[in-house]
Amino acid sequence: MTLTLPTFEASTAPLARRNPVAKLAAALLFSGPLIATLDPLTPTIALAVELAVLPLFGMRYGTLFRRAWPLVLAAGGIVITLVMFAAERTGATVATLGPFEVTTGVLVTALGMVLRVFAIALPGIIVFATTDPTDLADALVQNVRAPARFAIGALAAFRLVPLLGEEWQMLSLARRARGVDAGRNPLAKLRLFVSTAFALLVGALRRGGRLAVAMDARGFDAGTPRTYARRQTFGRADAALMIGATLVSAAALTTTVLLGLFRPIVG
Amino acid sequence: MGDVVLRGFGWRHAGRKAWAVRGVDLRIVHGERVLLLGPSGAGKSTLLAALAGLLPEDSGESEGTVEIDGLDPRKARERVGIVFQDPQTQLVMSRSGDDVAFGLENRGVPAGEIWPRVDEALHRVGFGYGRDRPTGALSGGEQQRLALAGTLALRPGLLLLDEPTANLDPAGAALIRAAVTRALDDDTTLIIVEHRVADALTLVDRVVVLEPGGGVRADGPPGAVFAAHGDRLADEGVWVPGHPVAPRKAVTGPGSPLVRATAVTLHDRLAPTTLAAHQSEVLAVTGPNGSGKSTLALLLGGLLKPTSGTIDAGPGGAPHRWRAAELTTRIGSVFQDPEHQFVTHRVADELALGPRRIGRPEAEVRRVVDDLLQRLRLEKLAGANPYTLSGGEARRLSVATALATAPRLLVLDEPTFGQDRRTWIELADLLAGLRDDGHGIVAVTHDDDFVAALADSVHHLERTA
Repeated sequence: MTLTLPTFEASTAPLARRNPVAKLAAALLFSGPLIATLDPLTPTIALAVELAVLPLFGMRYGTLFRRAWPLVLAAGGIVITLVMFAAERTGATVATLGPFEVTTGVLVTALGMVLRVFAIALPGIIVFATTDPTDLADALVQNVRAPARFAIGALAAFRLVPLLGEEWQMLSLARRARGVDAGRNPLAKLRLFVSTAFALLVGALRRGGRLAVAMDARGFDAGTPRTYARRQTFGRADAALMIGATLVSAAALTTTVLLGLFRPIVG
Repeated sequence: MGDVVLRGFGWRHAGRKAWAVRGVDLRIVHGERVLLLGPSGAGKSTLLAALAGLLPEDSGESEGTVEIDGLDPRKARERVGIVFQDPQTQLVMSRSGDDVAFGLENRGVPAGEIWPRVDEALHRVGFGYGRDRPTGALSGGEQQRLALAGTLALRPGLLLLDEPTANLDPAGAALIRAAVTRALDDDTTLIIVEHRVADALTLVDRVVVLEPGGGVRADGPPGAVFAAHGDRLADEGVWVPGHPVAPRKAVTGPGSPLVRATAVTLHDRLAPTTLAAHQSEVLAVTGPNGSGKSTLALLLGGLLKPTSGTIDAGPGGAPHRWRAAELTTRIGSVFQDPEHQFVTHRVADELALGPRRIGRPEAEVRRVVDDLLQRLRLEKLAGANPYTLSGGEARRLSVATALATAPRLLVLDEPTFGQDRRTWIELADLLAGLRDDGHGIVAVTHDDDFVAALADSVHHLERTA
C-alpha cells in the first residue's frame, strides 16, 4: 500500500488563483443550499454550472473525472439500495428483479440522489484540486484569523501522511518476519490489523512529537506575532466569487420552485 | 553572543529515578567550536535540549544553573538554533524556501527581509536547488542541509547539532559536514554531539567529555583529550579515531547455498539481480541509496514477492509463500528500524513469541529466552518495554528475536547503522560467531568498517533509476 498526497495543479486561470478561503467558501455556499431539495432538476442545473465553469479553474474534464470516479461507486451503491429498500414504489413498473419491483418512481428518486451526490461533491473536488495546501493554510491564518498553531500545525502533519503508507508496509512485513500472520482466520486477521494499526499510531505520535519539538525550536511556540512570507489577499474578485456562487445556487433552487418540482428534504 | 555558562547543572526527567545529566560545570565562549562526547547515557542530548531551552520547567527537576549570554535558555531561545538527527521530522513545509522562511515568520522578521535571508541561508549551506524545490523530493542529506539552512536563517549566536549525520548514509553525511564547514563563521558558537568522532573533528577546536555518573571527565584540545582518554572512550563505545576494529573473517570456506536469487526483480525498486548466500559465509550487499538493497533483503527474507525471477531457499517453493511461523525457523530477518519488529510489551515476551508461534514446549521456550537474554546482555531488561530501550539495546533485542527460532539464514538490513562502537563490536562478534557455527549471514550495509571486518564476499548493487 502506498499513500500519496492528493496533488494540486498550479494554474493561473481566473478562478483558480482566487483566494483559497474564498474558493472554499464559494464551494460551500454553492453546495449547501442544494441539500434542501430531493428533485433531480436542481442538481442537474448545478452540475451544468459546475461543468461550465471548470475551464475558468484551469482544470481539464479528464482530470475532474479521474478525481471524481470514486463517486461513481457511491452512485452505484445508492441505486442498489433504493431498488432494494425504497418504501414508495409509485409509477409504472419498469422491470422486476426477483422480489424487487423497479418502478419509474424509484428510478426518479435514485437519479435525484445520484445527481445530488455529484452536484454537492464536485465543487469541493474542484477547489482542492486547484488549491495549494500551503496557500490554504496561509489564507486561513491571514484572512480569517485562524490560529497559526492549528493551520500551520495541520499543514506540517499533512506532510507526514505519505510516510504512514511506507510505515504500514514495513510494519506488516516485520510482523511476518516475526512469525505473526493470520492465514485465513478472520479473527486473527482483525487482531493483526489492530496490532499493526496500534504500532503505526505509536510511531506516528512519536514522529509528531519530534516534529513539534523541531517546530518549537524554530520559534513556533514563541509569543512573538508572526509575519507572513507569502501574502494572501482577499479582494473584490474573491468576494464576487462567493456572491456569485450564492446567487447561482439560489437561482437553481428558484427555478425548481417556480416549475413546481421542488421536493423539500424535510416535510 | 553565544556565551554558555553551566554551574553544577543537572536535569532529571519527570518520573525518572536517575539524573539524565548532573554536576556539569562548563564555560564556552563566543566563537568556540566544541565537540560534546560521552558514552551512551551520559546526557549529551539532554544537555543540548537544555541549552536550546527545550526542557519546560514542569517536565522535570533541575539543579544548578545554565545561562546563555547571562539569560535562562528558555528566555534566550532567539539566540540558539538546534538541528536534530531525523531530517523527516524537522521539515515543516512542502517547498524548500517556505521551510527556511518558517522560522523567520515565527520570529516576526519583517516580510520584506524574509526572502533575502532565505536565499542567503540556502546559499550558506550550499543548497543546490531553487526555493520551489519540493522538500519531499530531496535526499536525506539534502533535507538535513535544508534543516540547517532553516536554523542558520535565524542567525543564532549558538548553533547546536545533535548527531546531525546519524540518520544519513555516508554520502549524505559528507553533504552535511561540507555544509557546516561552509556555513560557520567566527561569530557562531558551535556545540556538536556526534559519536563518529572522525566526522566531527574537522569542525571543532575543543572536546568536552561528559562522565556518565555526572560531571565533566575531560575538556581540552582534541589531541590532548584523545591522548589521555582515547582508549577508555573507545572501550565505552565512542568511535575514537585511531582505534580500528579487528577483522573477523571466516576461517573456512563457504558451505552449501542457503538461498539463491536468479534474475530477481521488483518493479521500480530492484533491477535484475542474481546472487547466492551460503552457510558459514557473511555476504555484504552494498550500493548507493536507491539501488534496492533493502528491497533485496526483503526478497531474500521471504517477505516480498518478486515481480520476476526466482528465489530458491530449499524445499517448499518460493519463500514468500511460506507460512510466517515456518519462515522464522528457516530465514530470520532483522529490519533497519528495530521498533518495526516489536509486537509485545516486554523484552522477555518479545523473545518468547517466535518459539511459541512454532509450538515449542514452554520449558524449552524459557530456556531459549534465558539463553538469549544472557548472550545479548539483556537480563536486566527482561521486564522492560521494548519501546523504552536505547538504540543499542533495541538493536541487540531485534537480532535476538530473529535468533530465537534458530534459522540457518539471517538477513539483516543495516545492522550496525548508527550504533556506538561497543554495540558495533558486540554485533560483529555475534554475527561472526553465528557464521563460524555454520549460519549464513546476509547484511545490507553501507558501513565500510563492517564490510572490511566481516564480509567474506560482497555483492555491489548499482542505482537503478
